[in-house]
Amino acid sequence: MNALTLFGLCGSALVGIGLYGLIVNPQPLRKILAFNMIGSGVFLLFGFVARRGAALGMGGDPVPQALVITGIVVAFSATALAVALLLRLHEATGSATLGAADGDGAPGA
Amino acid sequence: MSVAEVAIPAATTAGGFLLVLALVLPVLGVLAALALGGRHARTVAMLVLPSGLVLALMLGSELVHSGQALVYVLGGWAPPLGIALRADGLSAAMLLTTVVILLAVAVYGDGDFPMPAGGREARAPFMFWILLLAVWGALNAVFLAGDLFTLYVALELLTFAGVPLVCLDGRPETLRAALRYLLFALFGSVLYMLGAVLLYGTYGTLDIALLAGLVRPVPAVVAAAALMTVGLLAKTALFPLHLWLPPAHAGAPAAASAVLSALVVKGSFFLVIRLWLDVMPGIVTPLAGQLLAGLGAAAIIVGNVVALRQTRLKLLIAYSTVAQIGYLFLMFPLAAGLAAMNLPADPAVTGGLLQAISHATAKAAMFMGAGLIYATLGHDRIADLQGVGRQLPMTLLAFALGGISLVGLPPSGGFFAKWLLLTAALLTGQWWWVAVMVVGGLLTSGYVFVVVMRALVAVDGEKRPKMEIPRYREAVVLGLASVSFLLGLAALLPTDVVLIGRPALGVAGLP
Repeated sequence: MNALTLFGLCGSALVGIGLYGLIVNPQPLRKILAFNMIGSGVFLLFGFVARRGAALGMGGDPVPQALVITGIVVAFSATALAVALLLRLHEATGSATLGAADGDGAPGA
Repeated sequence: MSVAEVAIPAATTAGGFLLVLALVLPVLGVLAALALGGRHARTVAMLVLPSGLVLALMLGSELVHSGQALVYVLGGWAPPLGIALRADGLSAAMLLTTVVILLAVAVYGDGDFPMPAGGREARAPFMFWILLLAVWGALNAVFLAGDLFTLYVALELLTFAGVPLVCLDGRPETLRAALRYLLFALFGSVLYMLGAVLLYGTYGTLDIALLAGLVRPVPAVVAAAALMTVGLLAKTALFPLHLWLPPAHAGAPAAASAVLSALVVKGSFFLVIRLWLDVMPGIVTPLAGQLLAGLGAAAIIVGNVVALRQTRLKLLIAYSTVAQIGYLFLMFPLAAGLAAMNLPADPAVTGGLLQAISHATAKAAMFMGAGLIYATLGHDRIADLQGVGRQLPMTLLAFALGGISLVGLPPSGGFFAKWLLLTAALLTGQWWWVAVMVVGGLLTSGYVFVVVMRALVAVDGEKRPKMEIPRYREAVVLGLASVSFLLGLAALLPTDVVLIGRPALGVAGLP
């Protein structure tokens, strides 16, 4: 197994762990963290694709790198918006769960 | 090389600058509104939206005139290295629908979000006007983008503009609804991006026209298609990923609900069309199409039955959106079936898009009408709607006209759309979708009838309205409902505008 394959496998593992967390975990903050984990996995896969597409004496295909930068900006703004909403919710209700149907009933979790 | 590539030139065509203007204008509006502050945000929106209408009409006439897709190649760099903007008939129709609905919402929202005359500027109106322009810009980007990554960015912008609209009033339950919506949307967007990586890794381009000629049913591409489709379904709120929609759309202020239900969910649906019909028509298997439409059929039945059981008007309308989204997805197996029979897929494609447009106009009118009813009565309990027919006659008429379009009675847009879909279903021998559409129509007529009948009951004595509704707000709701009601007359148009500049699906779909 060479380094490139290892990177690809790491990216896939991050995506898998993140997806599990996003679907299974009831707390919004953990869901947001899980989303970021999937994001990191996808960015790693972009790097993997860029490296594999190296040609014409360049170290890597530049297009995926440009896409990753855009993707990071988008993921950052998404996280900021989600955290801001969560903070407002905590301010207004004193709890940061999505309601009894989704949470485990522990207030302020 | 492929039919799609020959049909769509990779150079800027005449009128290509209109595409750039359609992207720049809303963004300029947002920036100007931010810079000038809350007191002028409304003025900016009222100036920019009408010019957007003119622009959409110019774009449409240029398209009809030239008879082919408009293309603008950014910076002169042709794909796959550069990025192209493209407008075909689907884009032009959706651009026009969007700006018409946003104009109506702006005129309506003027009453709910007035600028404070003196004193400090208020947060909610300021945000409303800016978000309205932001939704418009994001949607224009979705309709005009020519590659899958620009579409991703546009879709994210749409989410970021849509989520705050849900919680404009800052009540805890709307904050919760907004957060749940955002989490679903993030789940969808990350799956979409994963699919985009797989496609880029396989073919080295994300340009729609180039990909259309390249895709083959290899495992990576099938996985990418599945990931992207599921991601988009979460954003479009197709059953069973619809759970976020009713609280979010019903909790938002009426003007915001109208935008969310009519337009924001159509953005991700438009991307499903692009993906299934433009990028990978050749690899869509009949089973996949049946599965997608099966989810749509489940949405129609479940959404309508749950809508019938609602006691609040806004929740009823929100669940009706869940059902109507289901109709949109019936077009995919029908288009595939027609293509497999070597027939043009036009009825399915036009029917699907017309369904999207007529639902958008009808639903915007119904949500805004519900907002007026709420303002007049101080509640929206369906059981206590008596006397609304006397107090708000134009609004009730608008609600009924919108309902007729949802049910699909002539001459409404909903009728023409469902008629095209029914024709395609019968032509391809997929009679089970006919049954679903008929049952769905009956259920829809049930709840529209209940609301209208309840509101027509006369009450003794004069009821004092909680708030006087200016006549123009009722008129704009009625105007939008009439557009939906009369949209079926589009059948009389000499050419099928929607299909201009699109590759002939029946031919391009075959390898």
